[in-house]
Amino acid sequence: MKNFGYSIIKQRTIDYDQFDGRLLNEILEMEPSFKVCLSCGGCTATCSAGDLVSFNVRRMNLLLRRGETVELESEIKKCMLCGKCMLVCPRGINLRNVIMLIKKSILKYKPVNE
Amino acid sequence: MDFPPSFILPFTIGLLFISVFLVIITGIWISGLSRIDKSRIIKSILTRKSLLAIRETFMEALLHRKIFRKNPVLGYMHMSLAFGWFLLIVVGHIDAVNHYQTFSVPAYKAIFMRFFVTEPATTLSGKILAASMDLLLLFVLSGVMLAYLKRLNSRMFGMKKTTKLKMGDRIALSALWLIFPLRFLAESVSAGIHHNGSIISQPTGQLLASTLPVQSIEMPLWWAYSGALGLFFVALPVSRYMHIPVEVVMIFLRKYGIRVQKRIDGYSRIQVYSCSRCGICLDSCQMTHAAIKDTQSVYVLKHIRNKNLTDEKLFNCLLCGRCQPDCPVGLELNNLRMTQRIESTKEYNSSYDYLKNGPVVVSPQTEVIYFAGCMTHLTPAIIKSMKEIFAVASVKYWFMDQDKTACCGRPLMQVGQYEAAKKLAEHNREKIMASGAKKLVVSCPICYKVFNEDYALPGISVQHHSEYLLELMADKRLPVNKLPLRVVYHDPCELGRGSGIYHQPRLLLDEYAEVIPIKNEKEAAFCCGGSLANIKIQMSERNQISDKAMDEYLSYQPDVLATACPLCKKTFAKSRDLPVHDIAEIVCMAIRQKNAASSDKIKSKKELKMELWG
Repeated sequence: MKNFGYSIIKQRTIDYDQFDGRLLNEILEMEPSFKVCLSCGGCTATCSAGDLVSFNVRRMNLLLRRGETVELESEIKKCMLCGKCMLVCPRGINLRNVIMLIKKSILKYKPVNE
Repeated sequence: MDFPPSFILPFTIGLLFISVFLVIITGIWISGLSRIDKSRIIKSILTRKSLLAIRETFMEALLHRKIFRKNPVLGYMHMSLAFGWFLLIVVGHIDAVNHYQTFSVPAYKAIFMRFFVTEPATTLSGKILAASMDLLLLFVLSGVMLAYLKRLNSRMFGMKKTTKLKMGDRIALSALWLIFPLRFLAESVSAGIHHNGSIISQPTGQLLASTLPVQSIEMPLWWAYSGALGLFFVALPVSRYMHIPVEVVMIFLRKYGIRVQKRIDGYSRIQVYSCSRCGICLDSCQMTHAAIKDTQSVYVLKHIRNKNLTDEKLFNCLLCGRCQPDCPVGLELNNLRMTQRIESTKEYNSSYDYLKNGPVVVSPQTEVIYFAGCMTHLTPAIIKSMKEIFAVASVKYWFMDQDKTACCGRPLMQVGQYEAAKKLAEHNREKIMASGAKKLVVSCPICYKVFNEDYALPGISVQHHSEYLLELMADKRLPVNKLPLRVVYHDPCELGRGSGIYHQPRLLLDEYAEVIPIKNEKEAAFCCGGSLANIKIQMSERNQISDKAMDEYLSYQPDVLATACPLCKKTFAKSRDLPVHDIAEIVCMAIRQKNAASSDKIKSKKELKMELWG
């Protein structure tokens, strides 16, 4: 096939029949405070890692809720755990625990072939 | 040769079992030490350190000096049991050697001597020894009595809380409680039968002989006594009383310079087994202020031993270290918890490759680096004050983390991610070293501790700003002005207990305000509750902890709560009961006030107090 320098955008549809909510459910059960996130973005604005690299704490929530485990794993590795997000959070969410829980649990739930 | 009576069997089997068990397990632990630690043992074993270890064993494992300091009755209880029992064994053997006139007395003949010796002591030495044995047994029995009472009411012993026991503990505890009363009864009954005994066993024996069928209860009593001893020895490995032999090994290894490393090894296991579960650490733990009562050091060590420690408990600790100075065994409670945290999170340490791929920052050449820290960026007033002070003292400095800087790595370390933290540390270290600086001034005690302990920064003196400002003041580079304000100083955990810096902030503050001494300060200082080391605690629970600390501070009616940590400041500032300021802010305020004196803008105390509220 001739290469025109374009590529087809990867399919971004999320098929909820295939949705794997195990990670999400586990995290919400272990750290219920994460349920009250209102996606204000304060965490992202203050983030030390976000200063250095494209990293968005709020997006982590989105990836988790969409079940996009592979992307989530590569994102979450960037966090330096400094704790600023937790201090600015207007809902008092225990974000450092969310991150540590995801880091630990994701090993169980990530697709094997990836 | 005549066979010894069969009642000695439980005791003999128990003693044999525990001796073999202890030799094997100590061997396994010692072989599990690093090569450096093993060479430490070999180098130190024939030096003065061994003598010092013997002295410490005597003072702490037998006399329990540290528990005495905590509460004299509690101390007496432990001393009477430990030292009393020790003396019973020693004096008992001397008594046996004296009686049989030979040094090769088998253990059972000494322990059950009053059964074998049917004639009264005739020699003076024999009489004195027999009387001492009676008195020593009375001494131990008084401790056992106190132990019964303590189970009923621990508050009498200065302890608000006491640990919960598990099965092995209950068996060993029951055996321990029975040993001495049974011994007393068995010896008295035998004394009653043979009309011997000494100052206490003789009258008791005669009383028993006149009321009870002593002939028929003698053997069952000796059996019961031997059985209680045997049961105690067999239950020892599965009970908390394992601390009795292991603590001695631990004291020796500690004197040889062995410490808990950042991994689980033979020594960390020895420390875990050295915990007596006395529960003294429970009282100083502030987690109880938030009604969290199952994550304290004593429980974590218990779960490590039972191999059922959950992350929920492991990570639900502020690592404030408040329990450590109280531990009568002197265990490295925080470090022991850290070994488990490292083990629990070792599967997923990040590599932070983006730091290498990021823009190259050229460090400017400078004498002094200022590193505010992530937390200080959330309390901009501290940075503003530091900048003003640097200007007043005309210090040329490089504000290293003004913009786009990696975290120091300590928050990662506190949750066990040492491998990940090393990547951040290496990145920061290169930047620091490239600047050619001689001094690194840090505003955050969390960063200060990691720069000091885990970064290799040769030729650079790392200083918390409290030390640095004190130095500037001593060099007369900062004007001094004492504000008419009463200040309570809150020791941040990482700066105080964590790094041993108690005096510098106080000396500095003393020049700029009036510092009020308080009850819970320095080593006993409260944690603000904001610690990053706890990832499980909820915000509402943090608030309960800081409110409780704040209540005590308020009782001294200060004008301002001073601290030296941005995280403490942020945590306490929430309560709005008292203005909270970093010492840098107070110094800066005083300097401003002094400079204003020339321009008629000097503030009254009321105006100053208003200013404290921002």
